[in-house]
Amino acid sequence: MNDDRGYVNFNEKSEVSDLKLQLRQLAGSRAPGTDDSKRDLFKKVISNMTIGIDVSSLFGEMVMCSATSDIVLKKMCYLYVGNYAKVNPDLALLTINFLQRDCKDQDPMIRGLALRSLCSLRVANLVEYLVGPLGSGLKDNNSYVRTVAVIGVLKLYHISATTCIDADFPETLKHLMLNDQDTQVVANCLSALQEIWTLESTTSEEAARERENLHSKPYVYYFLNRIKEFSEWAQCLVMELVAKYIPSDNSEIFDIMNLLEDRLQHANGAVVLATTKVFLHLTLSMADVHQQVYERIKAPLLTQVSSGSPEQSYAILSHLHLLVMRAPYIFSSDYKHFYCQYNEPSYVKKLKLEMLTAVANESNTYEIVTELCEYAANVDIPIARESIRAVGKIALQQYDVNAIVDRLLQFLEMEKDYVTSEALVLVKDLLRKYPQWSQDCIAVVGNISSNNVQEPKAKAALIWMLGEYSQDMHDAPYVLESLVENWDEEHSAEVRLHLLTAVMKCFFKRPPETQKALGAALAAGLADFHQDVHDRALFYYRLLQYNVSVAESVVNPPKQAVSVFADTQSSEVKDRIFDEFNSLSVVYQKPSYMFTDKEHRGTLEFSDELGNLSINAETGDSVVPAQRVEENDKDLLLSTTEKDDVRDPGSNGSAYNAPSYNGSVPSATSQPLADLAFSSTGATGQAPAPGLAIDDLLGLDFSVGTATTPSPPPLTLNPKAVLDPGTFQQKWRQLPISLSEEYSLSPLGIASLVTPNALLRHMQSHSIQCIASGGQSPNFKFFFFAQKAEEASIYLVECIINTSSAKSQIKIKADDQSSSQAFSTLFQSALSKFGLP
Amino acid sequence: MISQFFVLSQRGDNIVFRDYRGEVQKGSPETFFRKVKFWKEDADGDAPPVFNVDGVNYFHVKVAGLLFVATTRINVSPSLVLELLQRTARVIKDYLGVLNEDSFRKNFVLVYELLDEVIDFGYAQTTSTEVLKSYVFNEPIVIESALPLGPASIFMQGTKRMPGTAITKSVVANEPGGRKREEIFVDVIEKISVTFNSSGFILTSEIDGTIQMKSYLTGNPEIRLALNEDLSIGTSDYRGSGAVILDDCNFHESVHLDSFDIDRTLSLVPPDGEFPVMNYRITQAFKPPFRINALIEETGPLKAEVTIKVRAEFNSSINANTVLVQMPLPTFTARVNFELEPGAVGHTTDFKEANKRLEWGLKKVVGGSEHTLRAKLTFSQELHGNIMKEAGPLSMTFTIPMYNSSRLQVKYLQIAKKSKAHNPYRWVRYVTQANSYVARL
Repeated sequence: MNDDRGYVNFNEKSEVSDLKLQLRQLAGSRAPGTDDSKRDLFKKVISNMTIGIDVSSLFGEMVMCSATSDIVLKKMCYLYVGNYAKVNPDLALLTINFLQRDCKDQDPMIRGLALRSLCSLRVANLVEYLVGPLGSGLKDNNSYVRTVAVIGVLKLYHISATTCIDADFPETLKHLMLNDQDTQVVANCLSALQEIWTLESTTSEEAARERENLHSKPYVYYFLNRIKEFSEWAQCLVMELVAKYIPSDNSEIFDIMNLLEDRLQHANGAVVLATTKVFLHLTLSMADVHQQVYERIKAPLLTQVSSGSPEQSYAILSHLHLLVMRAPYIFSSDYKHFYCQYNEPSYVKKLKLEMLTAVANESNTYEIVTELCEYAANVDIPIARESIRAVGKIALQQYDVNAIVDRLLQFLEMEKDYVTSEALVLVKDLLRKYPQWSQDCIAVVGNISSNNVQEPKAKAALIWMLGEYSQDMHDAPYVLESLVENWDEEHSAEVRLHLLTAVMKCFFKRPPETQKALGAALAAGLADFHQDVHDRALFYYRLLQYNVSVAESVVNPPKQAVSVFADTQSSEVKDRIFDEFNSLSVVYQKPSYMFTDKEHRGTLEFSDELGNLSINAETGDSVVPAQRVEENDKDLLLSTTEKDDVRDPGSNGSAYNAPSYNGSVPSATSQPLADLAFSSTGATGQAPAPGLAIDDLLGLDFSVGTATTPSPPPLTLNPKAVLDPGTFQQKWRQLPISLSEEYSLSPLGIASLVTPNALLRHMQSHSIQCIASGGQSPNFKFFFFAQKAEEASIYLVECIINTSSAKSQIKIKADDQSSSQAFSTLFQSALSKFGLP
Repeated sequence: MISQFFVLSQRGDNIVFRDYRGEVQKGSPETFFRKVKFWKEDADGDAPPVFNVDGVNYFHVKVAGLLFVATTRINVSPSLVLELLQRTARVIKDYLGVLNEDSFRKNFVLVYELLDEVIDFGYAQTTSTEVLKSYVFNEPIVIESALPLGPASIFMQGTKRMPGTAITKSVVANEPGGRKREEIFVDVIEKISVTFNSSGFILTSEIDGTIQMKSYLTGNPEIRLALNEDLSIGTSDYRGSGAVILDDCNFHESVHLDSFDIDRTLSLVPPDGEFPVMNYRITQAFKPPFRINALIEETGPLKAEVTIKVRAEFNSSINANTVLVQMPLPTFTARVNFELEPGAVGHTTDFKEANKRLEWGLKKVVGGSEHTLRAKLTFSQELHGNIMKEAGPLSMTFTIPMYNSSRLQVKYLQIAKKSKAHNPYRWVRYVTQANSYVARL
């Protein structure tokens, strides 16, 4: 092969025509040694193909030379043909003949190879030639040919779904899956059918049912009984299936776990993780066993982390990270495993730092913090920063922080820019939680010259402290004054905003010393080109003009210490990631809908617009999804009661007005939904939360009153209501929840609810339309809407049905909230009739 | 399921490229390589093994300086794909004997042939060299290993955490002499991690061990492998001092554990090719092979002196190879003068200006010996803080053949005999390597 690409390009044309000539000469030759010369030539062609040179012009000659019994030559020829057939559909026709002939060869190897190549041509108008060879391939007495044929069916489906379905191939695969002796044939059938039925289920209810059936007891037991005969890769496939199975009782759960127990000792990390997923998901409803599972999988996962390549251990460590975050106390004695090694890549170190932070408790904090302090002097600066932040986070989650505060203050004295910067930000957060430490901290912070602090975040933190503790910091007004003097050189708007606020605060505490600086700051702020800075300056100015004491109560109100800082990720997002255990969601720390297109998520059938809505919500800096119309998904386990926590205002621009954020706002709707027969409290929780103190000041009252009329008029619904998904989304976002309830379903209803579609038609007959639905047993999710018969008033419903508990959870939003109770009654009666003859 | 598989050289050249499903654009290798190359500048550190660009997920593992990459748009199990990539690399190595760019380029047709059988339409079919033998027909063109086959250099290829085993001989290629030599290699490879605090006290220590096997036996005879009888797993059944206690272990799927609980014997029919029989992890205290003393002292306003002492605490019949001691120095270090002990042979010293690091290489360290290095530092600016916080920690890498820290042993290796005359060669070897061997100042 030619390494010098320039040379190759220069000679490309002549080399290809040269090859063409030589191939022609050999095509008809029967001289001894011809095959060897052919091999050399074919190699040259394929080597050109690999480095990206277009050798498609040799197609005809290659096909001519393919008449040979030499299997190595055949394979090279197949490779070539597979590569170029798609772009040369006419020429591809030339190959059909010899491929079909080879499909009937004596040698099963050749039959298999030819069949694979035939199916890999990816040319739509040739599919008619595929059906025959595939049909006989599936019946071949050689298992190699059958494995190839099964995947061939899947290839055919992707080229022409109708041809595949018309030939009844899925049915044949199903039969093979349940009867073939060869486990690789069985595994390929499973892969192929899962793919085909999932794609088919959007249009065919039968396919949807077939796909659901894969998770039923007979299938799951059939696969489990043969688990050890499967290859390690196929075992992963089977266990993915088992993880979705819902056992009927606990003894079944224990049987499955006992059977799979030794898979945890497998050297293949993918098998161990797949087993772990089965264990975790089977025991979700058994709290104590679930915890034992954590204990059981700990050692095998740690072994996997330390035995594989760095890449494999990263994949496992990401999953361990997820588990540690869910149940830190279970891992608190294993903290030493999460110490960083100097030669680990930083993506591993970052995970470990987060794990160390999470597992810190009363008994191990001292050692963990000591270790983290070692990393703070690390040559790897990003990791040093992360380590300091980790120390800070531990301080914020611990009750006994004395020792940690000392360490942090030592960081401030280390005289490394980035260490000082990180430490300043931390001290600021620490003071917001533990104001009692102000004396100690201020003494040290006071010694830091603001000239030595360059990073905006750190500078903003320092300025905030200067404003907040100006009465204790002797030279605060003068430091602030000098900062105001250099206003034009300050490039960060964040810093300028903080400076404005700090000067205001300082002014109320030490007016005579600050008056000059305040005047200068307001003037500079009003002239600032940055909109926010300008607006804030103007706001302060007018506020002072209006009334100084009001201004003080606005800018400098008594503050409550922050008890818990807002989590960056909602518990619902975390649950979703946990449901998607053993997938990329865990590595990316995002649920799949945030990084995967709809068609690649597999089992969803939700309207596009609604899906995009959730994705769009994620584009901001904050990871909290603001809009809550979420994707329906396979499982919604354990997550529904925590849904409204994310409404906490903590996510709103905390850097902006960090000091006034009060983290203790209770979430009104976090009480168990079952207790709320009629919840009017829900509405206040859903109102746009006043995240900025300014909102309150402007006298805006966001709370929405939910008065109910004592006797709602009888409600009739418009049987032909229409609503486009865009409007649905918009309304769902705007309206508060006026009702959330839980109903029980009749056993008959549950039995009929095999696919979402069954319920849709039923509800439609009660004038309740569905706009989106999805999920699979036992969790289904629907979005319905309905319209009043005589007016335009719309009702929106989110309905989650769990078939194993026979419960449905309903959230109703309505244009006319006074009638939502009446609508709820209607909805319930419609739902309760589902499945009745 | 994956969509594409490709292998890139260090420079980013496509060595092989296989598109299984046609769902990802053809330019993906370029996108991937650019992302990996600029990761350091755009963000920080190395690119993680899994990342997403425009809806395409890229997985990669580095083996022998080559990048093995898979792409997909589906939300798959990352550990499955990474494991598959690693196994594919191992299968290719089994066939080619040596894994490097050159052997790849000489054998790419064979590699394509393998790829066709290992993965079909993105689904893993088989990664067993044994099974593949019956489907794969190209003969490997074996290239000679560039490395001299010294006693320890044989362990030195590949990445540090996945050392290649014993030999660089293809599993399938015929020997020039005609008949294949009947032999089996068993290597006990232990990677040790130790962290010493400033006073030489051990803070953490761990052994990650692998019993690696590579079989060239014909006829697939059954093999029995006996380990220490006092071996215990988990800390529950502690059998007194001297016992080897594994925290945890796992086994290759071919291993039968029927009598393992009774007499610590593993039985298996080894498949062709290289594979780990058993992986284990030990956090039980062990005697570290090296003791390190490191000291940094200010000796003047712009001067400091570093003293590093390394003592080999193993038997004098054993030698450590390719020992390298590294230590980050204060940022303002401008010049370093080294002072080796008198009569030092095979030592190299270097000051890496770019990342301000001291490097001390020792070609060979005999058990029981002690070596000292002094380095005089000159600074370009005065130091303010504590000099101890500006330098270090010191780290060390080494390889010690015929030494294992855990005392885990292969007591015997029994091959079920076909006939009296049949007596294959059996190689059982031990090696200890540093994984993270760190002394803090």
